[in-house]
Amino acid sequence: MKRVYVNEAWCLGCHLCEYNCAFANSGLADMALALKGKPIYPRIHIEGTEQISYAVSCRHCRDPICVKSCIAGALSRQDGVIRIDQDRCVGCLTCVLVCPYGALAPNENGVMQKCELCLQNACGTPACVAGCPNRAIVYEEREELP
Amino acid sequence: MKHYLIIGNGIAAAGCIEGIRSVDPDGAVTVASKEPHEVYCRPLISYYLEGKAKLENLPYRSADFYGSMGAALLKGKSVQAIDPAAHTAALDDGSTLSYDRACFAAGSSPFVPPIPGLDKVKQKYTFMTLDDALALEQALRPDSRVLIIGAGLIGLKCAEGIRDRVAEITVCDLADRVLPSILDQTCAKMVQDHLEAQGLRFLLGDTSAALEENRAHMRSGKTVEFDVLVLAVGVRANTSLLRDAGGEVNRGVVTDEHMRSSLPDIYAAGDCTEGMDISLGQRRVLAILPNAYMQGFTAGVNMAGGDRVFDNAIPMNAIGFFGLHALSAGTAFAPGDGGECFEQRSERGLRRLFTKDGLLTGFMLIGDTARVGIYTALIRERTPLDSINFELLRTAATTAAFPAQQRAKKFGGAV
Repeated sequence: MKRVYVNEAWCLGCHLCEYNCAFANSGLADMALALKGKPIYPRIHIEGTEQISYAVSCRHCRDPICVKSCIAGALSRQDGVIRIDQDRCVGCLTCVLVCPYGALAPNENGVMQKCELCLQNACGTPACVAGCPNRAIVYEEREELP
Repeated sequence: MKHYLIIGNGIAAAGCIEGIRSVDPDGAVTVASKEPHEVYCRPLISYYLEGKAKLENLPYRSADFYGSMGAALLKGKSVQAIDPAAHTAALDDGSTLSYDRACFAAGSSPFVPPIPGLDKVKQKYTFMTLDDALALEQALRPDSRVLIIGAGLIGLKCAEGIRDRVAEITVCDLADRVLPSILDQTCAKMVQDHLEAQGLRFLLGDTSAALEENRAHMRSGKTVEFDVLVLAVGVRANTSLLRDAGGEVNRGVVTDEHMRSSLPDIYAAGDCTEGMDISLGQRRVLAILPNAYMQGFTAGVNMAGGDRVFDNAIPMNAIGFFGLHALSAGTAFAPGDGGECFEQRSERGLRRLFTKDGLLTGFMLIGDTARVGIYTALIRERTPLDSINFELLRTAATTAAFPAQQRAKKFGGAV
């Protein structure tokens, strides 16, 4: 299954992926309208130190502890993609408590959200990858994670 | 074709069914459920009362779960006795079920303390099942005064769930702080302050010594008038069936890391069991939903002939009240036991990390919860702190604390 991967050596830490992610999931057609002057809640985030930066998003684990831990049955694995049913989520943060990658975070309403590879929004393919100016983020098939 | 019997129908049972089916698509699965419901999200009962979870969203799985899994659900049927030699279980309707492999997932029950006068209280409720919540809901009036005995997870979630439906809530606990099983004094104080600001009243280090129909006489000499009493003192593992069958039981059913009980072909999972807490290095009951699922799944895989272990259980809790989240995991060892605490306070919250012998053994975080699963993984994987940049982790949970190579492996390799 194709996943999003990041090359630390090429990541500039420009945070464009975060903006592209928030825009792609906003449901709006105009980026300025969607993001300008508002706090953004992207499903990918830049981490790092002064020396290094890289983007982190859901790894879509084969044996996902978030799915097994969700108290609301809101997380599931469908065709290899870890999906969240936001209507069922109660925002308890148990998934944040268990995800070893720190890949889930709440949206502006306290409901959890996560990378679903842009398969459910208008992009159809990860917006973070398409918009990465240094091609540090790629979308490709690799050996399965645990 | 194998016949599997699951005794109980909570999250551990759901995990067990899914574990069995991950290995054996054909065997017959029967689930005996004391509660007359399909498996539902037990922790959501307080969210239901609060209006944050709809009743139709309480089922843990889709409506066709049992059908699609090929499992027969016996609703409202409880097992009365297990005969491990004959591989049979007797049901309360007089029938007998035979099995090749069984999973004992009987859960836990609220402990009701023998308080003098409790029998005089007409409006008294426990808060464990959906039916408990629905019964409590019926009793609540806008002018109700509610006394909750127990300031643990169940009592406080109940308080949050009903606050907007009643006039007054008092919570008492024999312990000197709220959430005594998961938070230390420092963290508990923050949560208590927040809850008091939301209108809850606390009587800590105090409990009801005697009860009348609408009055509690506290040990401290105070009295509390109430209309509705909620008993949330704690829970006890349901072990008697297995003990009566000759199985080894301490505070919970004793299991190994394959989730086998001491009885042949009987596995056990969920809140009725006890297992190794690797953060503590001792066996204990870890009655939390993620462990119930993982134990059930592990049991199911092994029952069906697979090979899977669950060998990294730790306590972990994500709990929130009125917008303030408290996340904790593992064990906080006292300085006298070789433990060390690293504390960080900021305007965003409180972070307390606990280490011992070069390992992160536990944490408590209030407010600032970003990426805390990175800490949880360090505890579960027993990652030596000298192999990572612990300095960075003291102020934020970040994978930047890992050496580049390790991080590359974690995230699936460099491009």
